Amino acid sequence: MFKTLTTGLALTVALAAGGAHAAGEAPKVTDYDFSFEGPFGAYDQMQLQRGLQVYTEICSACHGLKFVPIRTLADDGGPHLPEDQVRAYAEFYEVWDPTLFDGEGDFRPAVPADHFPEVLSANAPDLSLMAKARAGFSGPLGSGINQLVKGMGGAEYIASLLAGYEDPPSCAPDDFDGSYNAVFTAGGYPVECYDEDGKRKYPGSWIGMSQPLWGDDVEYADGTEATIEQASQDVAAFLMWTAEPKLNARKQAGFVGVIILSLLAALLYLTNKRIWAPVKGKD
Amino acid sequence: MGGIPHDHYEPKSNFEKGMAKRLPIFGLLYDTLMIPTPKNLNWMWIWGIVLTFCLALQIITGIVLVMHYIPHEDMAFASVEHIMRNVNGGHMIRYFHMNGASLFFVAVYLHIFRGLYYGSYKAPREVTWIIGMLIYLLMMGTAFMGYVLPWGQMSFHGTAVITGLFGAIPFVGEALQTWLLGASSVGQPALNRFFSLHYLLPFVIAGLVIVHIWAFHTTGNNNPTGVEVRRTSKAEAEKDTLPFWPYFVIKDLFALAVILVVFMAIVGFMPNYLGHPDNYIEANPLATPAHIVPEWYFLPFYAILRAFTADVWLVMFVDFITGGIVDAKFFGVLAMFGAIAVMALAPWLDTSSVRSGRYRPMFKIWFWILVADFIFLMWLGAMPAEEPYASLSLLGSTYWFAYFLVILPLLGVLEKPEQPPATIEDDFKAHYGKGDSVATPAE
Repeated sequence: MFKTLTTGLALTVALAAGGAHAAGEAPKVTDYDFSFEGPFGAYDQMQLQRGLQVYTEICSACHGLKFVPIRTLADDGGPHLPEDQVRAYAEFYEVWDPTLFDGEGDFRPAVPADHFPEVLSANAPDLSLMAKARAGFSGPLGSGINQLVKGMGGAEYIASLLAGYEDPPSCAPDDFDGSYNAVFTAGGYPVECYDEDGKRKYPGSWIGMSQPLWGDDVEYADGTEATIEQASQDVAAFLMWTAEPKLNARKQAGFVGVIILSLLAALLYLTNKRIWAPVKGKD
Repeated sequence: MGGIPHDHYEPKSNFEKGMAKRLPIFGLLYDTLMIPTPKNLNWMWIWGIVLTFCLALQIITGIVLVMHYIPHEDMAFASVEHIMRNVNGGHMIRYFHMNGASLFFVAVYLHIFRGLYYGSYKAPREVTWIIGMLIYLLMMGTAFMGYVLPWGQMSFHGTAVITGLFGAIPFVGEALQTWLLGASSVGQPALNRFFSLHYLLPFVIAGLVIVHIWAFHTTGNNNPTGVEVRRTSKAEAEKDTLPFWPYFVIKDLFALAVILVVFMAIVGFMPNYLGHPDNYIEANPLATPAHIVPEWYFLPFYAILRAFTADVWLVMFVDFITGGIVDAKFFGVLAMFGAIAVMALAPWLDTSSVRSGRYRPMFKIWFWILVADFIFLMWLGAMPAEEPYASLSLLGSTYWFAYFLVILPLLGVLEKPEQPPATIEDDFKAHYGKGDSVATPAE
């Protein structure tokens, strides 16, 4: 009986927690296959480097990564750039240093110990944790099944959103603010595009960010073709890394932990059986 | 202890004899560890050790986290990211702490429902039950305040909602809320005091845990039959019991290891699944999240809080007879705390002469409906405050109160219980057949 209760509670916790994420309409997110999904998934170093390139050449014009120290680009389990490249990369940014200019502060080229610059713009949120902050769509009936079973998270959302720009539906006035995006649900929506029941006729909404990727924006050094889908997924993977830089190490620790604890459980099971055998009359 | 006759500690070496005269700590440890324990305890009696482990885990990981955390509204969020990125092993420590809270509540709910099913709350164990309820309340307070510390969007706006509950208390509410927050709204003073209390309360819990254990070591453990251990002679008592060490320590540790395999898999492979993604957005007083949802372990009571809206006739009636003092908002708050209070009163609401639910055919049905109701309310708590969820919450809440206030008192009169076995030994033998009942402890 209590086994049912235990599994029942575990299941509810899983579902209720997933359901707790349910917020409004579920956006149409594509379930891309990322290399870091599943218990054994890990970041694809080349993909992170491509994503870094997309971020640097396109996103960084407006968005910051204020929680990410530049030196971590050299980390194992990340883009893993050589030290000298990281140093050269850092100089690409200017940071504010309050100690310069007799304490009045001045800009100077960044060094690896600095963080990516912060961008103080209300319209361009910081992207450091975006992949974790946008993990909150949760599949059928707010049950959280998609996130649990398919491993869909923020990276899928980001990639889908970047590839989700489409021609606006004809119902919308030409001068409506923003760009139509079939994945983004939190933006403006013209009254003309509601049907008689007050339901939206088209998915998505109008997003403030104009289409950033067009398919010819970056030229990858490794020869990968930079299609919209490819660049979206690469930068989404990179942003997953900025949000969760220790993912590889964490999964490894989890794997080792599960094996050691399983062994411990097996030994304790045998010990327990042995100890109780005389009492239960099974010796 | 427990009035159960058993061997007592005899100091052997000169050092032990000397200590026994000065500080009888070895005797205390021996008697605690060797306490006679009913030998028919099943796998639902393992949650105590899981809970003790959780408390230790939370305190140890918490102490390390505090070494790197900064309780300042401009720096708290960044300091958590510092822990996640720069502190050696910091990401694992934080994920253990974060998911440790969930494991803690899974264990406490199973522990509580175990007590409700087997009548562990009944005389003479009411004190154990009440202390347990106090621990549970403190756990909820501690967990809530801990959730505030990362200073994410859910932390901030959740705090505003929950402290707002106190604002619903008539006359003194607003003053009380300001006093709790140290300001008129959530900000630096609230963060500082919640941090202070989040560090303090676990030690209060640890103290209460000792009293909880002391209380049930005085009465002796309950067991699945609800039949007391025979206390007339040592020989009889030994037929019903086994010493806690090694029999139950090893059994509990085995169960703990199995649970930790699952826990480790969650921490390693899906550490953010049980949390809310919005808490990875830094707190912004100007942007309120679309749905403010508490952590999963608060959801059943959150559903009860929201169930009593102004259009429920009972709420309207109470509002009317109290002249508007108890409005819908305050009614909801009373219902939420009342839901825990009625659970704490179970020892006096249950009128049955039989302790264990195993021998109560009607009780069993109502009990499992209660479990289903709890799970149902948990789901409803996560849903937005709209129909049909509001009506379903009301239904679920009504059953919760009806179970404790109507069903438990009535069942004792209406139900015809089955005959429990005469002794624990009989129950054990029935389960394990030929077992030679006199234990020969493995040397």
